[in-house]
Amino acid sequence: MAELLLIVRLAGERVALPAADVESVVEIESLTPVPGAAGHVAGLAALRSRVLTVIDCLASLDPSRRLPADAAEAVMAVVDGHPYALLVEAVEDVVEATGERQPAAASLSAGWRRIGRATIEAEGDLLLLADVEALIAGPVREAA
Amino acid sequence: MDELINEFIAETREMLEALSGEIVAWEAVPDDRARLDEIFRFVHTVKGNSGFFDLPRIRALSHAAEDALSAVRSGTRSADARLVSAVLAVIDRLAELVEALETGETLASEDDSALIDALSDAAPAAAFETEAAPANPAARTSSRTIRLPVELLDRMMSGVSDLVLARNELARRIRATGDAEMIAAFDRVSVTVADLRDGITRTRMQRIDHLFAPLPRMVRDICGQTGKLVGLEIDGGDVEIDREMLEMIRDPLTHIIRNAIDHGIESPSARRRAGKKETGCLRVCARQAGNQILLEISDDGAGIDGDKLVNRAIAAGVVTAERAERLNEAERHALVFEAGLSTAAAVTDLSGRGVGMDVVRANVERIGGLVEIESRAGQGVVLTLRVPLTLTIIPALTVAAGGQVYAIPRSAIEEIVRVKGGSVRVETVGGAAFATVRGRRLPLIYLRASLGREPHPDPAAQSLVLLRPAGADLYALAVDDIHDHEELVVKPAAPAVIAAGLYAGTTIADDGKPVLLLDPPGIAARAGLTLHRRGAEAEVAAAPPAAAQGPAALLFRTFEGRKRLVPVAAVRRIEDVRPEAVQLSAGRLHVALGETLLPLEGCGRAVPDRPIRLLRLNDGRSEIAYGFADVVDILPLPAGLVPATEPGEVRGVVLVGDEQAELLDLHWLFERHGGRASTAEAAKPVCAIPAGDPFMDGILRPLVESAGYSVVASGAPGSESASIVIASDEAGEVEPPEGARLVRIRAEAEGRSDSIHRYDREALLAALAGESPPKRRRHRG
Repeated sequence: MAELLLIVRLAGERVALPAADVESVVEIESLTPVPGAAGHVAGLAALRSRVLTVIDCLASLDPSRRLPADAAEAVMAVVDGHPYALLVEAVEDVVEATGERQPAAASLSAGWRRIGRATIEAEGDLLLLADVEALIAGPVREAA
Repeated sequence: MDELINEFIAETREMLEALSGEIVAWEAVPDDRARLDEIFRFVHTVKGNSGFFDLPRIRALSHAAEDALSAVRSGTRSADARLVSAVLAVIDRLAELVEALETGETLASEDDSALIDALSDAAPAAAFETEAAPANPAARTSSRTIRLPVELLDRMMSGVSDLVLARNELARRIRATGDAEMIAAFDRVSVTVADLRDGITRTRMQRIDHLFAPLPRMVRDICGQTGKLVGLEIDGGDVEIDREMLEMIRDPLTHIIRNAIDHGIESPSARRRAGKKETGCLRVCARQAGNQILLEISDDGAGIDGDKLVNRAIAAGVVTAERAERLNEAERHALVFEAGLSTAAAVTDLSGRGVGMDVVRANVERIGGLVEIESRAGQGVVLTLRVPLTLTIIPALTVAAGGQVYAIPRSAIEEIVRVKGGSVRVETVGGAAFATVRGRRLPLIYLRASLGREPHPDPAAQSLVLLRPAGADLYALAVDDIHDHEELVVKPAAPAVIAAGLYAGTTIADDGKPVLLLDPPGIAARAGLTLHRRGAEAEVAAAPPAAAQGPAALLFRTFEGRKRLVPVAAVRRIEDVRPEAVQLSAGRLHVALGETLLPLEGCGRAVPDRPIRLLRLNDGRSEIAYGFADVVDILPLPAGLVPATEPGEVRGVVLVGDEQAELLDLHWLFERHGGRASTAEAAKPVCAIPAGDPFMDGILRPLVESAGYSVVASGAPGSESASIVIASDEAGEVEPPEGARLVRIRAEAEGRSDSIHRYDREALLAALAGESPPKRRRHRG
């Protein structure tokens, strides 16, 4: 069976996330900032009784940029038992991949290369397949 | 022991269930080696386990089966159908015995010898054929215990934690509707949820025995390595503690015991020279105190050599020589918790060079606990570990800084004071801020600065939370506002949040918003407060009292949640006591504090069922204990007292900020408890009684006093102001002072009509009450 992909919009581009890594799509209403945390940690949000750590994926891609304050659409994922919400510009749709994962081209810029582990074809487009854990880790790992 | 037997039963039954398939398969192919091994392992395990208990039948049966099977394994015997049947009969009997063990019933078949004989090589094939009928599994009774995977309990716990949070939010919304019926109905749900939470919390509790069980062996091994003789005493194994917490204190406890034997207890010869018994004593004792577990590890060794420790600390650069000079005994001993120190003359491979105690402290503090050490030279060391019962729900204080709410674990909070309160002085020395609180100068950290926020526009409007995160290193944390005390369900924070170094976890407040739980040691570390700045907490001359303000008053919350004030000057100290210390005696609550027994106020007349905090109030001559829930603040006593209409423990109401607080009437309290305050004494009417009469002195006098009189002997100084004179009817002419009444009492039940029988309590009280009550009231403060 073809791989299911969740298409989101990030830095104006359509980016694919493996649907298997995504728990749900959520809307973030209000954020509790986490002073002192890395720049791509947008804050905390409560979802029912869970506390989500909200990641600004644009900052994760490029430390110098931030999503606008009214960004609300997020993809929820659980990594190592911790629930995260990945804020993106928009969540588009779930589609079926029409090909296999291909290694990402070396010509990607640094930020994209860090979050994108592969490319994949869907709906006739070649999409970057972003890695959820890399988005959560953000640029910190490289700096350290 | 019961628990161990239950475990044995459960384990054996589990093995039997797993084995049932194997047995059938083995029956079909008796020389299947893998099956044989399985069954051999079973009987071997049962034999071993039964050896711990006094179970001779199980032991004999399993032993016989083991022998027979091991002969097959070693090839000296072949597995024929006869052997298989005999082994199966033994296994069935074992299953019956284990069942019987659990239900407490006795088995119909008392004799196992036929089964055992059947196992022997020489037994005739027919010897047991009638015995080999399969045991009837339907005869099993349903078991009273079940085994559950721990993950399932964890999942239930996290589910219940979520439920509590959801309840809190729902409660808030329902309260907002103001619908009384809905609120009442929801309160019932709320109570049920609380019960459920308690229940689930308990399922995760384990007896601390599990932690203690390996200790005897460990002590024996360490003694073997060190050549020391140590007797181990264990107490309080039935105390229950959260499973997770149990794992967290396992390593610290191991370290402490190693240290105690390796460094604390002397060699047998040294002990002999010191006049002690050759065998040292190591005591490990657990008890529960409120929502904490106290673990005490004491030895009767040499104690800590304070001088040696200080010298090492100076050599290691942990303290400066001049600072070391000023350390008191307790502070010197606390140096063992510093990294890189060890007092052992020789570094041993057991405890290593100072590895241990600093790690112990770090580990215990990580789970919100405390370690304390008390050492007496030549007599030994007592180490006390205080750890919370559970990790998931903690009492916390919520505070605000920079427009955001944060939570602080209450275990780390020593006190809350307001900068404006007058009892605090804030100063900056060389860029470092200090707060002087009632004579103690503490490092001051502005939470806003730690969080990278703008400084508060009016620093004096802030409040200080005095934090003692590390058991010794008190510091003041300035926050914008103090919100509330709450029980919070703490969730682990994501690594990206922990990386900030300021937070211990996350939680959700009652309004459904996420709240960060501050990490007091982390904040201190981030602010550059190292442990060695302990010198900063120095006693300084008492701060000059703020002029034009009332005397300092302590604002506290009563058990009913009311806010009350008491002048700080009257508070001798604040103490925590266990409920056992409180008793209802002579119609009043009293609390035993060490050697002293004090009247207890503030608790009504119900003996508390959990540890309580006490104010020890002092009028200079006597003391009263006053139970309360928690300290809110210390502030100057506000002016504008609205007096209470009725005399009682509340003198009146004042405004604190925009909230009402009741001011305690100390005068009333001390008077009520027979405090011999001179003003109260003077206000009392005087009753003169005959001197030197045992009845009058021993029996009548207390009655008269309880009626509100002060008693003097007739003819003694002061008797001329008596308003009542009591005399025996046998006494001759008695001339009462002017305006005083004469009450004659008689020893016989019948007698002169103008006298009262001395055991007629009602008539006596009536006579005494004749004019006293209005007089008393008039004179009261």
